[in-house]
Amino acid sequence: MTQLLSKDSWQYREINRRAPSLPTLSNALIALADAGHPVMAGTADLQYSNGLSDFAQRYPERFVQFGISEQNMVSAAAGMATTGVIPYVATFASFLALLCCEQIRMDVAYCKQPVRLIGHHTGISLGFYGTSHHATEDIAIMRSIANLAVVSTADGPALDAALRATVDYPLPIYFRIHRGHDPVVYENGVAFELGRAIVHGIGKDITIIAAGYPVHGAKRAMEELNAAGHSVGLIDMHSIKPLDEDAILEASARSKVILTVEEHNILGGLGGAVAEVLAEKGRGARLVRHGIRDEYSLIAPPTHLYRHYRLDGDGIRAVALESIA
Amino acid sequence: MSVRQTPGGHLLVARSHELLSDEQLAFLHERARFIRLETLRLISIAKVGHYTSVFSCAEIFAALYYDVMRLRKGEPAWTDRDRFLMGKGHAAVGLFPILADLGFFDPAWLESYTRLGSPLGDHPDMTKVPGVDFSSGSIGHALSNGVGMLLGARFQQRDFNAFVLLGDGEMQEGQVWEAALSAASHNLSNLIAIVDRNGYQLDGKVDDVMAIEPLDEKWRAFGWEVHTVDGHDLEALTTLLRAVKADRARTKPCCIIARTVKGKGIDYMETEPGWHLGYLGAEDEAKARETIMNTVISQ
Repeated sequence: MTQLLSKDSWQYREINRRAPSLPTLSNALIALADAGHPVMAGTADLQYSNGLSDFAQRYPERFVQFGISEQNMVSAAAGMATTGVIPYVATFASFLALLCCEQIRMDVAYCKQPVRLIGHHTGISLGFYGTSHHATEDIAIMRSIANLAVVSTADGPALDAALRATVDYPLPIYFRIHRGHDPVVYENGVAFELGRAIVHGIGKDITIIAAGYPVHGAKRAMEELNAAGHSVGLIDMHSIKPLDEDAILEASARSKVILTVEEHNILGGLGGAVAEVLAEKGRGARLVRHGIRDEYSLIAPPTHLYRHYRLDGDGIRAVALESIA
Repeated sequence: MSVRQTPGGHLLVARSHELLSDEQLAFLHERARFIRLETLRLISIAKVGHYTSVFSCAEIFAALYYDVMRLRKGEPAWTDRDRFLMGKGHAAVGLFPILADLGFFDPAWLESYTRLGSPLGDHPDMTKVPGVDFSSGSIGHALSNGVGMLLGARFQQRDFNAFVLLGDGEMQEGQVWEAALSAASHNLSNLIAIVDRNGYQLDGKVDDVMAIEPLDEKWRAFGWEVHTVDGHDLEALTTLLRAVKADRARTKPCCIIARTVKGKGIDYMETEPGWHLGYLGAEDEAKARETIMNTVISQ
């Protein structure tokens, strides 16, 4: 049958395999299993969306298919962890944070089980699939849950480093990851330390603090603005909890404006976390929070949405210029 | 009682060593009485508690902890122990005295029940109480937790069982059925759910609040082997649990519907659903204690 299809036709299992950073999750888990770590993985009918199909093929005895029952998956992951395994359970970030919030709080975080919660296709990256599939509240929810770390890596190499660096972390972690089409920021790899941001520079005019997908656009904006004579810095705040307060305070001491950029509601997310630090420490740098402004996103192809909400390089550059105008 | 026809077709036969001796039965009766008396005592500290929720499952507690489960006294973290999870976490006041009695923690802790900073509250907390295999309080999670424990065990080639005590009101939680599907789908034959079918929940009769029957057919339709037993008949209950645990021919998870009476043992609690939560003053507690001391519950 296949040869009857035109070259324009495609099916999602194959197209997803070609996404540059999508295999990162699976490959990192395979590497951890190869190295003898007692890792297991589970998903809720999304193994081809998150790439865990590769892990499942390599290590079928370590893979659990939960079907479309996310809450059961999260509670079961907590049970698995009590037996000494490290479960990585993955589903769309919107379902994980909103549907499974109570299971995460009670079974995973309160019970201090080292479950790795992988929320993928974050923010507005699911474009025209609509609000049900957008995750613009997950950071706010997750960072208010005690015992739970919140990590939002910028690209595949950073995710790979984060997964490997935290394998023995004794408490649960929420990994907020993109959809596998995210452009690479760290082509040569990057070191990851939980709670320590990657400081690309502190600008006299502006320091951008970004996390996740927008780091790529923010880096481009920084480079272009610096080339145009401005002084702009960038902090990749991959650990939203624990937060690198020292990096924020250093930026606030040396920059006129702190610009937070996130693919999330500006309420309660990265911008909120930075605001809390600045306010509590009495720092006077002006803060501009850029992200989704307490609304439900329009639907559109993802790149169109990033342009519309000014979360791509051009948009972040424009917001940065406005913030020092 | 010793032979049961399972829906899967094979006979579940209680072999001779699975039948209880008179001494064993007398011991379990005494333990069930201990659980009820300790529940009275601990609730007198809190001055409010779930007497009736414990009284409906006191025989289930006794059969599991003092006969059926693979445990080592004084070793609450023994890797290969059978696990016990309670969806109806509000009956933990009946569990704590057992765990103390098994040497999992200092019995003196019981005196602090519900007081400021105590590890022992109305619901069981695994991070504070040795012997609690998983925390509960939010109804509907426990069966999923048990599924996960057995998936972890399977990967590590461990053969312990997980016994999950569920309330009948808990059957109304959707997650229970997600877990039921997944347990059957993953052939977790060492998962044994026990439904404490006492017929009442906080707002009244379970079947008035939200009808759940036919319960046995529901579990069967979800791919489970199902047995029904009188949850106060310690001989029948324990023999069934022994046989279910020993049945290695079963490929499905197993659900035992235990027909029970909420408040069993104290007549006015058995007939008044308002006793889901309550407190007996000193005088009534003393009378209840005397009643329990002088009663042998056999069905």
